Amino acid sequence: MVWRPGGKGKAMQQLTEIRWHARAGQGAVTAAKLVAETALAADQYMQAMPEYGPERMGAPIKAFTRISPEPIDIQCNIENPDVVVVLDDSLLDVVNVVEGLETDGAVIVNTCTPPEDVKRALGLADSVTVACVDASGIALDTIKRDIPNTPMVGALSKVTGAIDLDAVKGLLVKTFGKKFSQEIIDANLASVDRAYEEVTTA
Amino acid sequence: MPVKHTTVATTGNSMVADAMRQCAPDVVAAYPITPQTTIVEEFARYVAQGRVHTEYVTTESEHSAMSACIGASAAGARVITATCGPGLAMMWEMLYIASGMRLPIVMLNTNRTLSAPINIHCDHSDVMGARDAGWILLFAETAQEAYDNTIMSVRIAEDPDVLLPVMSCLDGFITTHSIGRAQTMDDESVKSFVGDYTPQNALLDVENPVSHGNFVFLGGPYIEFKRSQRIAMDRSKSVIERVGAEFSELSGRPFSLVETDMMEDAEVAIVVMGSSAGNVRHVARQMRAEGVKAGLVKVRCFRPFPATELVAALSGLKAVAVLDRSESFGAEGGPLFTETRSALYDLERRIPIVNYIYGLGGSDVRLDLIKSVFTDLSDIAGGGVVPEGLNYLGAR
Repeated sequence: MVWRPGGKGKAMQQLTEIRWHARAGQGAVTAAKLVAETALAADQYMQAMPEYGPERMGAPIKAFTRISPEPIDIQCNIENPDVVVVLDDSLLDVVNVVEGLETDGAVIVNTCTPPEDVKRALGLADSVTVACVDASGIALDTIKRDIPNTPMVGALSKVTGAIDLDAVKGLLVKTFGKKFSQEIIDANLASVDRAYEEVTTA
Repeated sequence: MPVKHTTVATTGNSMVADAMRQCAPDVVAAYPITPQTTIVEEFARYVAQGRVHTEYVTTESEHSAMSACIGASAAGARVITATCGPGLAMMWEMLYIASGMRLPIVMLNTNRTLSAPINIHCDHSDVMGARDAGWILLFAETAQEAYDNTIMSVRIAEDPDVLLPVMSCLDGFITTHSIGRAQTMDDESVKSFVGDYTPQNALLDVENPVSHGNFVFLGGPYIEFKRSQRIAMDRSKSVIERVGAEFSELSGRPFSLVETDMMEDAEVAIVVMGSSAGNVRHVARQMRAEGVKAGLVKVRCFRPFPATELVAALSGLKAVAVLDRSESFGAEGGPLFTETRSALYDLERRIPIVNYIYGLGGSDVRLDLIKSVFTDLSDIAGGGVVPEGLNYLGAR
């Protein structure tokens, strides 16, 4: 089953609300920015905001992304996300990542555990889509560092369709092009492609 | 030349730093403080890159930063700075000197609360502490408005009929750090809009020697000085409206001291400043779908206080709520509430008006909290009782 955004009973048509759970240092903010810029490239409106707090490396953090074809008025945290992205599966035991998740929402987790098992462990209804991908493994293979944020954006693109894969890759080339070598850019692009292909859902 | 707009996905601070660069100040003196830091960081980078020719002064405190701004402005320079929260508090003494010397300094204030308990997040207690310091105070709902206000502030401050410092506020983290979609204008359009600065009474104009901020003996013209500041502040209202109208023409975006939404047939409304106006607009639309004739009254300028405009917006209503993002301990309510209620005093008909304190220290302004206010208003409009005592939204 592939989840598609579609209003979810919210007041704004096709407003997609994404909540990111990560540990500080894993690049959740960078990923949220990448998604925001991809949305802009598709002429969408967007918001990307980290929940700033004690930013010590490894602490659980949240970030929020809203995407909509219409201007977004709301300026608050996301209580009822359509999509939850978990960058570190050790958070599943620490934080209630699915709190307030819409009954027809989706959860995307960076983990080696199969989606059926994650779904059972989180006690989720059948109507919720659970998608799993070993983004850390992919990042270690391609980028040679455990930075799962970029591959997770690839998985997000596949599972939700809220952002376009080619647009993500185009932006990576554009934003990384100024700072990094071609080797690093290629590695990031490969990580996005692999996560897009390898993500499995239940 | 038509204006060239560029659509960007960026933060409020980045928008504001860009506006500062486009306004090309002669001097920026600043001290970094969260969540203002990225404004001065980005601006310092523009200076280092040679993209703006500004004397950038790094100071050892905010008191010194404002002192340097005052010196530079008195000398005849266009001056912009930025601060927030405890930094603004540390500037307090110098704020009055800037306005008393009638220096058109522009300052971005990324609203941050004051300790204790220690908290780096948004509320308006910083700026409300400075509300009587003789500065024009503008508020922004979005990064776009923060950008627009920055550019307008330069024109307003430097207008020969005004010559007062302007503080342009944007909500800390909420507006400063979240990425959203906004538009910038091309450099040439902004440059020609703000124009060249012709200082009045510049200290470096050696042909016309003047002195600033002198000692006034007892019996000297101190009270007359204060009255002249008051007159300039009152006069600034029409200047702000005129500059706002000109800017709207250029940008295609609306500006007024008090902006209204869904107020044509509204029976109840919420008065608010800053980023939460968006939440109110969103919930007002939902309430209308439920049959409540709800509206939004957004205050973009707190000093000078737009009393006439507020009365015009509120006079036909059955119930009004005013949201204050700061406390005024022991007062009859928050600053926006007490002034709004005072403005309504001269009306023949008494309108039920309720105050809510919200969002202190960055506490999340959830949509259900705004909905609860509209529900209260709807009850009052239907003949219910005005709630007494403290209304702290979302306090556990």
